[in-house]
Amino acid sequence: MSTDQTVDTAVDLGLEGAIEGSAPTHEELRGHQWLWILRRSLALTRTRIGVGIVIFMVAIAVLGPLVAPHSPTEFVGAPNSGPSSNALFGADALGRDVFSRWLHGGLTVLWLSAAATAFGIILGTGVGLVAAYSRGWLDDLLMRGNDVFLSFPAIIFVLLAVTAIGPKLWLIVLTVGFTHAPRVARVMRGAGQEIVERDFIKAAEVVGEKRWRIVTGELLPNVTSPLLVEIGLRMTYSIGLVAGVSFLGFGLQPPTADWGLMIYENRLSISVQPWAVFLPVLAIGLLTVGTNLVTDGVARAAIGLDRGGES
Amino acid sequence: MSGKMILRRIALGILTLWLVSLVVFAAVIALPGDAATAILGKEATPARVAALREQLHLNESVVTQYTQWLKGILTFDFGNSAATQQPVTQLLNDRVANSAFLVFVASIVAIPLSILIGVWTAMKRDRPADHITSTITLVLAALPEFVIGICLVLIFATGLFHIFPAVSLLAPGEKAWQDPQVVVLPAATLVIAVVPYISRIMRGSMIEVLESEYVTMARLKGLPERQVIWRHAVPNAIVPAIQVTALELAWMAGGIVLVEFVFQYPGIGAALVDAVANRDIVVVQTVTMLAAAIYVFLNLAADLATIMVTPRLRTAGR
Repeated sequence: MSTDQTVDTAVDLGLEGAIEGSAPTHEELRGHQWLWILRRSLALTRTRIGVGIVIFMVAIAVLGPLVAPHSPTEFVGAPNSGPSSNALFGADALGRDVFSRWLHGGLTVLWLSAAATAFGIILGTGVGLVAAYSRGWLDDLLMRGNDVFLSFPAIIFVLLAVTAIGPKLWLIVLTVGFTHAPRVARVMRGAGQEIVERDFIKAAEVVGEKRWRIVTGELLPNVTSPLLVEIGLRMTYSIGLVAGVSFLGFGLQPPTADWGLMIYENRLSISVQPWAVFLPVLAIGLLTVGTNLVTDGVARAAIGLDRGGES
Repeated sequence: MSGKMILRRIALGILTLWLVSLVVFAAVIALPGDAATAILGKEATPARVAALREQLHLNESVVTQYTQWLKGILTFDFGNSAATQQPVTQLLNDRVANSAFLVFVASIVAIPLSILIGVWTAMKRDRPADHITSTITLVLAALPEFVIGICLVLIFATGLFHIFPAVSLLAPGEKAWQDPQVVVLPAATLVIAVVPYISRIMRGSMIEVLESEYVTMARLKGLPERQVIWRHAVPNAIVPAIQVTALELAWMAGGIVLVEFVFQYPGIGAALVDAVANRDIVVVQTVTMLAAAIYVFLNLAADLATIMVTPRLRTAGR
């Protein structure tokens, strides 16, 4: 036996219990299972707090550049000078306005993480569902390949690629997404295996539907609950990885304003000008906590759905 | 049957590592243009480029390059660092020891602490203490490790208190355990990063065990509650936590990269970051292989441990 997907998901989300309540009716569910789960998850206070945090942080990232008092590259004072009336949180190691750079610095983290998550989810779901549906040698082959890429710690895999090709943004999106794929594939394969045994799949086969249609049209709509949870989890990890790579100096390059890069640029002057490090750290932390709270709520709602299906 | 299962599992681990080596080796081929020039930069003298080409076996076929490289790895001869010309083994020796010490300190704190928290919250199930703990672990589990590390620096090193050093500076040749102060904050960061995961699994598995018949039986026999918990329930509840603990220890192989960079701790993680900045592919490949080997080994060990402690699996097919 090897570590299977139940352990994998459990590691990521030690779930304590589902949301109580009645199971959805058939009508409510038809075609809108994911909507039902999302609505249901909002019954939890934690999820609401998470949604609030995420909306707040996204608003800062998107609207921040519009309201920033200075340009992110404008010099406003002596390097590492403290807060003043001109610069609310002081100046960074190069004398630029910390607050303005912070307001400008969220967008890159957000879209890179979202793109990496999308890539990882699509690739992982594709591999997982094809493996679940095909069984046999193709399943074995895909899962062996999965094990190989699981053996790389995510950050080390990204760094290996950066060493070979250089600190390119598309590379970071691709490699961060790629490190998610085997983990997503494992979960989706596990979810798909149960569905593959059901009668409606056999019915579709008998009718002569194409394999591709069965995977996308029959299998995919029935694994939306684990898929939603995976999207949330991978987004949380993407944010940490993308910001982490920039924090190591291999992501966004100067003079871009980016939360990860801000920490990298100002880490040596942390004792004289803590704001330049604290603000981006706070932002990244809040964002990941927000996405994780939402994910936790969605996972609980999804468990409720699965239990409802049994009775 | 059980022996066959173990052998099969070991063979799978070796196969995985071999495939990993192919991927790691492919990184050299992925270098754009001439690998030696890409590593050394355009200003490199032709003599140095030629020397590196020789060292990486770039003048030979791809298959020869790979077999030479693999032979080197298997005999612990990883070649020379392109940046410093030092043998990689010499470069990494002390650093591997320092990282191992860091992970060791973090594990001996994190594992018992997670078990305690897991057991305690399982016993306080659905009471305020349980809810508060679960919220805290949910928040901590979300935080990237470098965010935790920097927060610890701000709290304990530069901002509020000045108890521990913000950077883990060591004299050349000095080992981390000769100046244990430098390991406190990096180890604390790793502990905070893994405890939420292990303690949650421990809690879940403990709750399941507490509801089992043999625990009820032990209680009905009139055993003191402490004995019921620690002698009967905990040993059984630990089994599912083994896999997760192994996964978390393996995670540390990657987690130390960012943590060591935050504290400038002289381990392999910080060495990796330097090597990436210098495009020192030989060092990067070595560290990557090492991390992957640790992952495969820990997973294997966890599977074997699970087989050993689960009677049903141990005697399967007898």
